[in-house]
Amino acid sequence: MLAATVNSETIVWIIASTICLLGSVGVVGSRNPVHSALSLVATLFGVAVLFVAQQAYFLAVVQVIVYAGAIVILFLFVIMLLGVDSQEDVWFVERRIWRRPLAVVAGAGLAVGILVTILVVTSQVTGTPSADPPSSDFDVANLGSVLFTKYVYAFEITSVLLTIAVVGAVVLTRKAKGAIDLDEFPPDPEADPADEADPADEADPETAAATVDEVAR
Amino acid sequence: MEHLIWLIPALPLVGFGIQLVGGRRLGDPRAGWVATGMVAASFLASVAVFFDLLSRSEEERSITQTLFQWIPVGNLRIGMGFLADPLSITMCLFVTGIGSLIHLYSIGYMKGDPRYSKFFLYLNLFIFSMLMLVLGENLLVTFLGWEGVGACSYFLIAFWHTDTANASAGKKAFITNRVGDWGFMLATFLTWTVVGSLNYSDINAAAVGGSITGVTATAIVVLFLVAATGKSAQLPLFVWLPDAMAGPTPVSALIHAATMVTSGVYLLVRLNPLLFEAGWANDAIAWVGAITALVAATIAISQNDIKKVLAYSTVSQLGFLFLAVGTGNYVAAIFHMVTHAFFKALLFLGSGSVIHGMAHDQDMRHYGNLRRYMPITAGTFIVGWLAIAGVPPFSGFWSKDEILAGAWSFGPSGKVLWFIGLVTALMTAFYMTRQVVMTFFGTERWREVELDPAHAATDPANAAHADEHDHHGLTPDHEPHESPWTMTVPLVVLAGLATVGGVLNLPFADGLHFLEHWLDPVIVHPHELPAVPTLVVLAGLATLGALLGIVLAGAVYVRRQVDPSLIEREVFAKGWYIDWAYSWFTGGPGRDAFDATARFDQTVVDGAVNGTAALVQRAGVRSRRLQSGQVRGYALGIAVGAVLMVGYFMTRMGF
Amino acid sequence: MNQNSYLILSAAMFSIGAIGVLVRRNPLVMFMCVELMLNAVNLSFVSFSRSLGNVDGQVIVVFVMVVAAAEVVVGLAIVLSIMRRRPGANADDLTMLRG
Repeated sequence: MLAATVNSETIVWIIASTICLLGSVGVVGSRNPVHSALSLVATLFGVAVLFVAQQAYFLAVVQVIVYAGAIVILFLFVIMLLGVDSQEDVWFVERRIWRRPLAVVAGAGLAVGILVTILVVTSQVTGTPSADPPSSDFDVANLGSVLFTKYVYAFEITSVLLTIAVVGAVVLTRKAKGAIDLDEFPPDPEADPADEADPADEADPETAAATVDEVAR
Repeated sequence: MEHLIWLIPALPLVGFGIQLVGGRRLGDPRAGWVATGMVAASFLASVAVFFDLLSRSEEERSITQTLFQWIPVGNLRIGMGFLADPLSITMCLFVTGIGSLIHLYSIGYMKGDPRYSKFFLYLNLFIFSMLMLVLGENLLVTFLGWEGVGACSYFLIAFWHTDTANASAGKKAFITNRVGDWGFMLATFLTWTVVGSLNYSDINAAAVGGSITGVTATAIVVLFLVAATGKSAQLPLFVWLPDAMAGPTPVSALIHAATMVTSGVYLLVRLNPLLFEAGWANDAIAWVGAITALVAATIAISQNDIKKVLAYSTVSQLGFLFLAVGTGNYVAAIFHMVTHAFFKALLFLGSGSVIHGMAHDQDMRHYGNLRRYMPITAGTFIVGWLAIAGVPPFSGFWSKDEILAGAWSFGPSGKVLWFIGLVTALMTAFYMTRQVVMTFFGTERWREVELDPAHAATDPANAAHADEHDHHGLTPDHEPHESPWTMTVPLVVLAGLATVGGVLNLPFADGLHFLEHWLDPVIVHPHELPAVPTLVVLAGLATLGALLGIVLAGAVYVRRQVDPSLIEREVFAKGWYIDWAYSWFTGGPGRDAFDATARFDQTVVDGAVNGTAALVQRAGVRSRRLQSGQVRGYALGIAVGAVLMVGYFMTRMGF
Repeated sequence: MNQNSYLILSAAMFSIGAIGVLVRRNPLVMFMCVELMLNAVNLSFVSFSRSLGNVDGQVIVVFVMVVAAAEVVVGLAIVLSIMRRRPGANADDLTMLRG
């Protein structure tokens, strides 16, 4: 399995997977959210390299453009807007101490379980030869034609989904006209945010309703 | 005429209804006359059915009339049905006959009582229940009557319930009866399981046909014996009968002499084919009867209350009945039942008349020479005395002798039973003579002794109704008087019956065995009496015993040759401490057992139920913490669940 | 390298992402861990697509990316609105689902 021939693909895999894993650990373990975002970028690049290694060139490019180029930028924008710095202590003591070990066990167990299942199942698969298919199959042209013929419905629906997402985002973040702008009343630093009644949650539907009206007008 | 069977119990029931609705308006004495009329009409109906049965041939003398389906549930089909055959009609005749005489008597006795109509209400209800018991075609209708007479007995004993002693006596009667009822119910269930039907015809047919044998038959009979012991006041459940004397005297006469206490014997005779299969249960019945008779007679010897003597005498005579049933001598049992009803009712009513005339003082030590003041009462009482003592030619002699003769020929234990019976008969004669002598002869003792008024009226509740008499106790210048005609006429009638009652079943020739032939269809295995020569010898011995008892009593109480206290021992007077033992047990260890049971119920049973509720509540509180609102916690749960699912798939794969 | 090594990597990334979601409290970081998980899945899809010679796997990856993008947009909008009202809030403070 792993002891295959050492060719260029192997070296690429080793380097890229190292980057991915280090990046993943960085996302999870960084104190500063900005550091997490940057580690995420590293991971995404690593994944893009792996895509190239598997001859999925189009996907590699899309990965870099969409994920690393757009989504992570969004994250960084939000971090910038909210000003969350090193507010959270990653190594805080959990109220229920058993949560963290249990989380690790669950995560690891999930991975191991899925992995084992897949490996066993795939080793039982017969028939299809494991020879590399012609690379023309993975042309962008081929991808596009499949997308627009076999999966055209899904394609159209996801387009609509994107539109809805944009609209939703705008609706959710708009301030209603006449609504109390709490930014003008900064909260008491001594007060526990948890004690506050939940105007955020109550105001959101309000906000949403008001802004719908505004948008409709 | 047979379709009139239902009238027999219906008429007293109508009387009960009338009393219930308009009794108070009818008042004293019209309510009494209405009630008496109803019972008398029921008697006439019984006579009509009797003649109808007489006109048929022997095989056809069994009529059933089913009014309606009482319990139609699945396999269980029990109808409200009546069975008129020689046995039940005989019972009906004397129940309604003596019942109507006692109703007539009560009109005079209860005069002036504030709850006059209520008394007759209960009396009519009682007659109704008794008739249901006797006429029932199946065990359940009989049980209806059985419970009914128990309830009415409670009502009537505790009639003057403002005195707690009377109320307690009523409760005691009911509760002791209940113990017997338990036996009845178990026997009924067992019978149902074995036979599949509760009809007497089916049960008796099954017994004759051999489907009920051995242990089952013995078990059923023993349970019915328990029931009869409670109802007929045998050892060890006789303790309620002497206390029941707290009720008015007509109640004692009717219920505790003539009718209710005979229902146990009736039940056993009704099931005589079953008894035949029951092996040693018969011996049990006979011995219970014999021992009870003996013990009760010893207690009666040392009682000073006129009614208590008669109460223990009743227990003793019922013991004779059980002896007869146990020795298979069913005809003799019925015979003695009838004659006993005559003379015991007579004796009770006579004692009531005496009490009535003596300002409700019941202590015989305050009596004496009453025959001068109450001639009719005295004369009829003496007839009753001779009958119960067993002096020929009065009825008691013939019936008691038949029982003793039947015991003699029972088998090896029969001779012993006979001897016990003979000794009891002797003692019966003794204590009855003592009673007659103390009451009607001798010196007028109430004139001599200084009596305080509180002590004199031994039955304080009686004072409530004696507004015509000087009810402030017996004073030395009290003049006793004879009772009104409503009270003396029944006495005379009963005296006549007690005299000639023996004619029912004279042993001289087969043609004179009226009762035996009459009851032939009911009794499956007739009892063999000893041969005539033996019979004569036994009869002679019995008569000698009776006369000896009378003479001895005369020696003690008339001539003062023997000191009475030698005979009237403390242990007899205290009833062999049986009653005391019961009280001690239920107050002491019994009470502790009851309390323990109650505590067990509280802690274990209630604890289990409440504990379950508490457990559920605590589980709920714990479970509530699952829904903390913490998203991460939920996510963790999802992750763990996903791992488990993956694990499941792995196992499915054969890992 | 054959398929299995990619699958192992994918599984490792997935589990790290899952642990991250369960352990971190900051909503933004939790989101990033979700993205991590999605990427792991994308990786395994591509590797299957290549080993089976079927281009459908890559099509699915396209859709996953599209949906991830939409989800991030909406999710961040929500996070933004909440965090605006309550600065310094984290996942543990939002207990509206409490029963």
